[in-house]
Amino acid sequence: MSTPTDRPPLPGDFVAFVKRDCPTCLLVEPVLAELAAARVLTVFSQDDPDFPSGPDTRDDTSLEQSWQHEIEAVPTLLRTDGAGREEARAIGWHRGEWEALTGMTGLGADLPDQRMACGSLSVSPDLAPELAFRFGHRGPELASRVIELGAREDAIETLFERGWSDGLPMVPPTERRVRAMLEGTSRAADEIVASVPPDLAPCSVEKVAINAVMAGCRPEYLPVVLAAVEAACTDEFNIHGLLATTMPVAPVIVVNGPIRKSLGMNSGINALGQGNRANSTIGRALQLVIRNVGGGRPGGIDRATHGSPAKLSFCFAELEEGSPFTPLAQERGVPEGRSAVTLFPGEAPRNVIDQLSRDPESLAASLAVCLRTIHHPKLVLGFDVLLVIGPEHGRVFAEAGWSRGDLIERLHALLQIPGSELVRGAGGIAEGMPETIAQLTLPKFRPDGILVVHSGGGAGLFSTIIGGWLTGAEGSRPVTREIGT
Amino acid sequence: MSENLRLLDPTAERQSAQREPLPRPKTLEGLRVGLLDISKPRGDLFLDRLEAKLGECGATVRRYQKPTFTKPAPLDLRRQIAEECGAVVEALAD
Repeated sequence: MSTPTDRPPLPGDFVAFVKRDCPTCLLVEPVLAELAAARVLTVFSQDDPDFPSGPDTRDDTSLEQSWQHEIEAVPTLLRTDGAGREEARAIGWHRGEWEALTGMTGLGADLPDQRMACGSLSVSPDLAPELAFRFGHRGPELASRVIELGAREDAIETLFERGWSDGLPMVPPTERRVRAMLEGTSRAADEIVASVPPDLAPCSVEKVAINAVMAGCRPEYLPVVLAAVEAACTDEFNIHGLLATTMPVAPVIVVNGPIRKSLGMNSGINALGQGNRANSTIGRALQLVIRNVGGGRPGGIDRATHGSPAKLSFCFAELEEGSPFTPLAQERGVPEGRSAVTLFPGEAPRNVIDQLSRDPESLAASLAVCLRTIHHPKLVLGFDVLLVIGPEHGRVFAEAGWSRGDLIERLHALLQIPGSELVRGAGGIAEGMPETIAQLTLPKFRPDGILVVHSGGGAGLFSTIIGGWLTGAEGSRPVTREIGT
Repeated sequence: MSENLRLLDPTAERQSAQREPLPRPKTLEGLRVGLLDISKPRGDLFLDRLEAKLGECGATVRRYQKPTFTKPAPLDLRRQIAEECGAVVEALAD
């Protein structure tokens, strides 16, 4: 914020800021004429340099003076100290205030005593970011290479041609947009967030911001993207392996905590689908960081056989309100009231229909038979799962008093599978577990391998299964990280 | 706005286009070649054949293995190969 000493000098004794499109400014036009006759008055007009007629009126349609002097409403009358600095200001029309400020009496004798001010154009939400960029303190220089386009070059096409796009159009990362994006975090632009695989390239907050701009994020999403990048680039989550594998998997981002609401994220109808800007662009920004900073591209290090639409973006919020379960992030150690991302290495979602189970045992058994099929019904212990319980299924567990722990425990119990069903050749299928386990009973999932969240619309007796990728030390494990500022 | 649009580079600016590959060895005779098994199944079959072929060409072979194919080779392993070998072949397939 600027202080009166670092603003540009004000001319004369009094300075008024007005716009024609303000009824109160129109009302005080004769008062400004009275003032101009008696004092040295300069008027800055925000929208019409010919208004008001009479006083020394200057064109401020660029809004530079209005922005520099932090005019929030019009009319605003400033008194100077005669040396160009502001001494006092009156906002709107209030005869007593104007008289006190000017030392004159009987101002605007025909006018009502007071009238409300109108908003200054310089604080209009549409214009303020551009004005801040043009006239404000820009902060430290940005480090990224500047690429100047030719006069006839189309910015959107350029983003495709340079290989920066995931296949969809992107927002051109101009300096103004990147600086506005950086306003979304308290972290310094040059702070290194992570080494991004596969190139293990050091990635600054600035590089994340550039990719977040391209993804279509708003600045307030940036802390979520930063947390997601940090979580993805841990050895535990192993984004390198997740990217390089032939399997169709991607980082799935689950958002918990108050930030879901402040960003307007979707945890309800179509939570895992399209249509919500935060959901869609936060996941996309993470993928663009991996593509552009990490250098991970399909056909290069990304060797997915089929891939998945989830590799464009896969981010949603948990429906904590009315959930039978404690939020996922709290379950994983984040204090209540804080926001966090949980990254799960997952494939595309698939639906489980159960419209008839009204008791938790039946519904758990329904879910279990579907969970067994993840990747292959005869393969066990290799993959985790993220189970998204829909609200109508959640209600069945809630009414029976089942906690998340109760559900997970029951699912594990239901998913103990005789080795004889799993071994290679069983059921006439060559795929399966080695013959050595034929006499054992094996669980489908490792003990921590079932994650449960509550999301979705209020109608539909459905849940959704998101299968995992290779788990354990060689694969990926889910990672939860608190969202900073 | 008559100025040309200026974009900020979203990449790690590695300038790989300007990086020249190292000169290729002129002969295998007397060269020590590292064979890196990335721990994918049956990579050893491929590398065994390659070791035999390289031996016929007069090269000596030293074998290495990544702990897991899912993660980049550890820095120490990369340094060891660079110090001990004049060339390296990586087995990348199942």
